[in-house]
Amino acid sequence: MITLNRIKETKISKLIEDYPFLISFFEDNDLDITSKENLEIAEYFASFDEDEIEDKAIDGERYIMQIFEFINQMIAFLGQEEDNVQSISILPGNDKSGNREKFDKFTIKKGEIICIVGPTGSGKSRLLGDIEWVAQNDTPTNRKILVNEAKPDTKWRFSSSDKLVAQLSQNMNFVMDLSVYEFVELHAESRMVENKEDVINRIIEKANQLAGEQFTIDTPITSLSGGQSRTLMIADTAILSKSPIILIDEIENAGIDRKEALNLLLSEDKIVLMATHDPILALLGDKRIVIKNGGIDKIIETTDKEREILSELEELDRTLLSFRSRLRKGEILKK
Amino acid sequence: MNLITVSGPPSSGKTAVILKTIESLKKRNLKVAVAKFDCLYTDDDILYKKAGIPVKKGLSGALCPDHYFVSNVEEITKWGLDNNFDILISESAGLCNRCSPYIKGIKAICVIDNLSGINTPKKIGPMLKSADIVVITKGDIVSQAEREVFASRVNTVNPAATIMHINGLTGQGSFELSTLLYSEEDHVDSLKGKELRFPMPAALCSYCLGETRIGESYQMGNVRKMKLDD
Ligand SMILES: Nc1nc2c(ncn2[C@@H]2O[C@H](COP(=O)(O)OP(=O)(O)OP(=O)(O)O)[C@@H](O)[C@H]2O)c(=O)[nH]1
Ligand SMILES: Nc1ncnc2c1ncn2[C@@H]1O[C@H](COP(=O)(O)OP(=O)(O)OP(=O)(O)O)[C@@H](O)[C@H]1O
Ligand SMILES: [Mg+2]
Ligand SMILES: [Mg+2]
Repeated sequence: MITLNRIKETKISKLIEDYPFLISFFEDNDLDITSKENLEIAEYFASFDEDEIEDKAIDGERYIMQIFEFINQMIAFLGQEEDNVQSISILPGNDKSGNREKFDKFTIKKGEIICIVGPTGSGKSRLLGDIEWVAQNDTPTNRKILVNEAKPDTKWRFSSSDKLVAQLSQNMNFVMDLSVYEFVELHAESRMVENKEDVINRIIEKANQLAGEQFTIDTPITSLSGGQSRTLMIADTAILSKSPIILIDEIENAGIDRKEALNLLLSEDKIVLMATHDPILALLGDKRIVIKNGGIDKIIETTDKEREILSELEELDRTLLSFRSRLRKGEILKK
Repeated sequence: MNLITVSGPPSSGKTAVILKTIESLKKRNLKVAVAKFDCLYTDDDILYKKAGIPVKKGLSGALCPDHYFVSNVEEITKWGLDNNFDILISESAGLCNRCSPYIKGIKAICVIDNLSGINTPKKIGPMLKSADIVVITKGDIVSQAEREVFASRVNTVNPAATIMHINGLTGQGSFELSTLLYSEEDHVDSLKGKELRFPMPAALCSYCLGETRIGESYQMGNVRKMKLDD
């Protein structure tokens, strides 16, 4: 591993040859290195005059420290084995009155859909928070979270690239003036995926399979419909997000095949946690956690008997949707 | 007492994050107070008071609020010590994104929001680049992809910082931030002899001093000209 002192004495050209990702460090920090590649790092930062130092707020010592930090992070990141999160387990804590939760250990495995239900203020978000922060008896609930049945790595808390939980947002607020392709490309680049183009095309293809109406790679993201942008987000999160757990706060019903959306997430080896009070989604889950007064009150497994209701509900749902689409087309509604 | 400086662009969610975080700190029986610095106007002190948090407000008027902060931080610290607070949090909004009120040896938190655009981390100077903790807010109104891209940009300009995501409306993530905020080791008795992490720009020209007339003969002090010939 390169030391701080070695960095200072290394030529920029050599550093970039060894660590090509430093190009983005210089660019994002607005540090121009053209025609200065032959300087050693310490010389480079000493080469600015007083005006430049003041204008650009250049602090050589800090930048050198940051370069050191960045190199080490990137080496760790690039050399990393794919994280293989097979399961997460919740060990019981206390509800808001201090009573111990009545289960021994609840393990959720890859490919499972778990729903979380409970009245407002009951502690659903806190449970999700415990998982995201991999609680170690150090949150208000005193729960403990295990990853692959073992005490988890602290990176899940503090690394900016390794997060245990990705969240499918309700809202989208594309503030960027980009095409669908460019948007997904930004995400792919920040993840530094290889074969970028394949990944991007796969995401757009999958999104189109879920959406009622098709869009192309050149469509500006700001002109996507609500349903289209939701499907793009689902496909993007399923395929590009590194997090093994996907958190969903309801999936709206309009313009998107929800069952297929969940299947896409599962086919990408995710664990799905869903806070929902929609009976169709709840019955698509394998189990549901019932939260009461801050604690896990019950864990209910979806039985075949319950699933029988599912086809009935789906029929109702289809009826409702077809009326909705006829309404949209300007038809007169009749039985 | 621990002193914590919180800084960030206007409306990035500083007050929202501080309020939610103090809720968690109070549950640990810590006494927390806030000092708010702004230029012309702020209602933040009312919000803090409403939450039962002791607060002092400083309006810098025509002065840069960050310069004003440095000139007053010692007195504010004394106020905190005299009142036996465990934690004193300063909130200030940088105006030009160039200064930062961070002090060596004092925990520095920068609050920025996901809405400010993907290139923002590049544009913010020492306020972001020399912070110990970077809090990113308003993740609820952007997509997972935007959150990940934004966080990765922040990490590129400040790889040493701890990056936290907090929802200022629901407080999601604020408990987690609160666990990083208080330690016996960070105790301060006085700020004498402490230094800013980064010098503030010398913005002293005749216009700083109230000159209003336009023209070369009125320009004095630190004056610099654009290069117009290509
Ligand atoms: N949707 C959303 N809104 C937020 C979030 N955090 C803060 N806000 C809102 O953003 C607005 C500005 O938040 P403040 O906390 O007042 O921001 P500030 O940085 O203290 O602003 P100044 O002190 O005026 O510079 C308020 O309306 C908040 O409710 C968030 O995570 N999500
Ligand atoms: N076991 C617990 N012990 C102590 N406090 C708890 C516990 N569980 C939850 N809380 C606290 O109760 C409050 C409400 O919980 P939370 O926000 O998770 O509810 P929710 O079910 O998500 O509500 P909503 O449906 O409104 O989103 C939070 O402040 C949370 O920290
Ligand atoms: Mg909630
Ligand atoms: Mg404020």
